[in-house]
This record gives sequence, structure tokens and C-alpha cells, in this order.
Amino acid sequence: MPLSPDEISALQAKARELRSLMIDVTVWSGGAHIGGSLSAADLLTALYYKYLRIRPEEPDWPDRDRFVLSKGHGGVGLASVLADRGYFQKELLHEFNHFKSPFGMHLDGNKVPGVDASTGSLGHGLSMAVGMALGARFQGKSWLTYCLLGDGECDEGSVWEAAMAAHHLKVDNLITFVDRNRLMIDGPTEDVMALEPLADKWRAFGWGVREIDGHDYAQIGEAIEAAQEAKGAPLVIIANTVKGKGVDFMENKVQWHYGSVDSDLAARAKASIAGGA
Amino acid sequence: MAEVTGTTWTVYDANVMTQADIYGRVLCELGKKDPRIVAITADMAHSTKIGVFGEAFPERFINVGIAEQNAFGIAAGLAKAGMVPFVSTMSVFASMRALEQVRTDICYQNLGVKIIATHGGISFGQAGTTHHCTEDLAIMRALANMTAIVPADGYETANAVRASLDVPGPVYIRLGRGFEPLHYASEDYDFQIGKAVQIADGSDVTVICCGVAVYHAAEAARILKERNGISVRVLNLHTIKPIDEAAIMAAVVDTRRILTVEEHNVLGGLGTAVADVIAQSGKGCVFAKTGLPDCYSEVGYPEDLYSHYGIDTDGIADRVLGLMGKEFEADEDWEDEV
Repeated sequence: MPLSPDEISALQAKARELRSLMIDVTVWSGGAHIGGSLSAADLLTALYYKYLRIRPEEPDWPDRDRFVLSKGHGGVGLASVLADRGYFQKELLHEFNHFKSPFGMHLDGNKVPGVDASTGSLGHGLSMAVGMALGARFQGKSWLTYCLLGDGECDEGSVWEAAMAAHHLKVDNLITFVDRNRLMIDGPTEDVMALEPLADKWRAFGWGVREIDGHDYAQIGEAIEAAQEAKGAPLVIIANTVKGKGVDFMENKVQWHYGSVDSDLAARAKASIAGGA
Repeated sequence: MAEVTGTTWTVYDANVMTQADIYGRVLCELGKKDPRIVAITADMAHSTKIGVFGEAFPERFINVGIAEQNAFGIAAGLAKAGMVPFVSTMSVFASMRALEQVRTDICYQNLGVKIIATHGGISFGQAGTTHHCTEDLAIMRALANMTAIVPADGYETANAVRASLDVPGPVYIRLGRGFEPLHYASEDYDFQIGKAVQIADGSDVTVICCGVAVYHAAEAARILKERNGISVRVLNLHTIKPIDEAAIMAAVVDTRRILTVEEHNVLGGLGTAVADVIAQSGKGCVFAKTGLPDCYSEVGYPEDLYSHYGIDTDGIADRVLGLMGKEFEADEDWEDEV
């Protein structure tokens, strides 16, 4: 069922709150991959506040949906969402990146409740997600696996090994996103190593493809609901996003792939988030 | 020899089966009892014999094609979902082509993935150096959470594969390729992961070895006793990690001479692991390592290569004889040499 206007505005409000928390964590941690966390924030919000079947009070609930943050450097974004969703106390995020903290830039599933896979090395997550989805199939379970790839990550050959396998094995209990923010550390994806025609590449690998605005909740919801119903082949949602989305001075700026924020900048960032859609 | 009966199994005739054949058969037996077991390979169903499991349980078998990184990533995901994945490919690809998946996806997350890697060492001699693997033990030792095992023969392969199921974390078992000689007469002996098996007792020197070297070391010990009156202890150190420190130190104390033998670069593998234990003990002994002398392996039939690198009966016997002329020197004797 499509998201109602009320649901959409609630999700938008939640996303503003989460983006603001991500800015706080960037301050506390001394530096974070804030750009890619902000670009994925609306996808994460839609998943964790609408679509994932999860029990934050029981993080290892066997029948939960799985989520693999294959772009593991989005850890600040995911940790903020998990804290807000109640997997652990928000105060713990003050320790992000600190000595012996459970939270590093790339989240460790053995230390952080709610993290289904320890990621960070790019090109690993989709294979693990395919394995999880096959595990559900082998055990006759109905839970779904969701996987979020970075677009630059799609340079990795192992992503395409996993893509081939998901098609060949007809893995249709897996829903994959590409956070298509068009920027990687060294510059625009099309300058560093061209990905386009990206949708055609996925189609050629046998996947269903939907291209959406990754900040438009109506489109996000419609794509996820269609993917949940898709049978016989894996489906990828290419979410066109803006790196640094919601913070005016970060948007589309490659230098905000990873950056530090002091209290003045944080105030400016939060003001920008509060004034946004 | 007829079919062999183990304590609980009657599954194979080790005289006419390779280690991999036996692995495939044992995995099937395990699969009948344990529905969590799933098998994964990368176009090596036939070569590694994991395909035997695939024929028996096609619904629990995945061949990802020639894509080792994906094989190990999928295995990690399956383990996360509650399955017990066995992954088989050649050891060179398991330990190096997909190393980061093994390290980050499997070992870092401490997942119970069992890696049964075939064609270890120089056992696929004719294939050439690209298909040899003389670095895997060094690599696996360096991975936290990993258990690394090199069975001596087919019987020990059966024991190791079975025992790996009881290890909650990742396990790497390195097999050979062909008809490596049998050391054991059955699988009925005290096999425990992490515990060396004393093959022969001796008081003059100890040969610590694994894999195909165990058969040859036992032969060498017998010959040295008969011909030279040398008393050689032989330790089958099938588990490289966690290492049996007690057995190593008992050998140091009792025999004062240690020779390690392995189908591996002498840097980083069994010999280095044994040396670590001895060096940290504060005790000393005459010590030598046999293996590949930090080089890429030559091409040839395995038997010829084992002979070339001294990993055969004659090579081990010669090396032991060389050690017999050396004595461990206590520190008061050092002055005249420095």
C-alpha cells in the first residue's frame, strides 16, 4: 500500500531528526563519513521506520529481516538510526571512534546490537546478503534480506560475482539498493571509473531494476513494496541521491565524503537540516 | 584392504580413495545428520569432491562458478543465517584469491565456516606454481579466530572434517591432491584438534611435521633406528593453530634436537610456529626447518618434488643425521664463539 501523506511527512520529520543526530555523532567522533550517511538517510529511515520487520528489544530475533550495509562507511548513519530505534542508548554514541568504543567508523556486528554484518571493506556485502537470503530459503523462512551498496563500490568485481549468483540462483528474497550519489573519494564516479550505463549493467546481469529519487518517500516506498512482491529474479533499486543531502554546504561536495565538524559548523548544519524538506 | 570401520563410520576404503574422496564421503554422512550443513564451491565440485555432497543434497549445494570471493562471502552470509557452510576449492584460491573475504567476512565475524582446501602444498606438482600453495599455513595462522589443520592422510582427513563441526568458529583444513600414502591403519586413534599425536617415541631427536611428511617421518624414524641406532620421536602436529605447546616443549626437554618438516615455505608455517613456542619458553635446543627454502616451487610429479625439497623419507633421514652432530650449547659455552 502506498505511503500516505501523513506517513511521508512523519518519515521526513524523522529523517530530519536523524540527520541532526548524524551531525552530532560527527562532532563527537572527531570525523565521519557524513556525506554518504546523509545521502542514504532517507533510505535508512524508510527501512527502519516502515519496512523492516525487526524487534530492537530482541536484536537477534531469528525471524527478523536482515539489513547489510555493504557501504560500511555509512556507519555513522546506521548507528544513529539504530540508536534512535532503540537498539542501544543514544548516549553511547558519544564514544564513537574513541578508545575501546564498540563504535568505529565501520560497524562491528559482534559489538553493536542490530548490525547484521560487519562491513567496511567494499564489495563484500552483496555476497553476504545473497548468503543470508539463501539461508532463509534453505530453512523455509520468510524473512527478507536488504542490502545497501554504494555506487563507487560497484567498481568492485566481487559485486558483480554476487550479482551473477543472485540471478543464477533466482534469489528473490533479497532487495538491493545502490546509493547513487555520484561521488566517491577521488571525485565524481563518472570521472574516476565510469559506472554508466549502471541500470543496463544490472539488467544485463539478469536483475530487475527500478530507478528512483532516493529522497522521495513516495518513490522509495513504492519501489520497496514492488520489490517485496517481485518473484523469480533479484531486484535492485538504484536510488539517485545527493551526497551530503540536507546540509546545504555539504551537498554534492566531494570533500564531505569524510569530514570533521566543529560546534559552529554543526549549528549551521542543523539549521540547514531544520529548514529543509 | 576392505572397507574400513571407524568407531562410528563405515564410509570408505582409504587405500583406493584420495583425501578429497574421503572428505566428500564424510561430508555426506555429516549432511545426513545435520540439516544445517550446506556446501559451496567455485567450479571445483569434481576436483575437491565436494560435489559428492552436491549429488546427495542438491538443495543444499551451491556452485558459484569461478568466483572465489563470492563463494566465501556467501558462506559468511549463510553462517550468519544459521547454516554451517563447508567451502571447497584449491588451497591457493581459498587462502589468497579470497583471503580478504576469509579474513573480514568469516574470521573477523568469527563465523563457523569450514574451509576444506585441496591441492595443498606442492601436491598438484605438474600443474605448476600457480596451482601450488606454500603460503597458506602462514596466512591462516595470522588470522585471529582461525583453526588450521593439515591431516596426515585420508583417515586423519575423516577425523579432522568430523571434528571441525564441533568448532564454533572458522576452520581451515588443508588436503593434498592425489593418493598420498596412508600413515594410519584406521581412524581409531586419539585425534583431537589442537593436540599433537606422537607417532613414535624417541630420545635423541624429534621430528615435528604435518601432512604428507608424517608418513615419511615415521618411515625415516624406523630406518634411523634400524640402521643408525638413533632414537627419533615423531610428532604429527596436525593442528597448526591452536598449537600444542606442551607436546613441543616436552620434545625440547626430552630430546634437545628438533627438526620440523612441512610442505610449505619454511617461513611462517609449522616450523615458524614451533620456533615461536620454543623461543618464548626460554629454553633452547638444536633446531632446523625443512620445507621450501623461501622460493617458488619447481614443476614436476609430487614425489619428485618431495624428494627435491627433502620432504620424503630419505630427505628427513639425512637431515636428522645432520642434526645428530650438533649439541645444544648452554650459555656458559658461548664465550669462545662471540
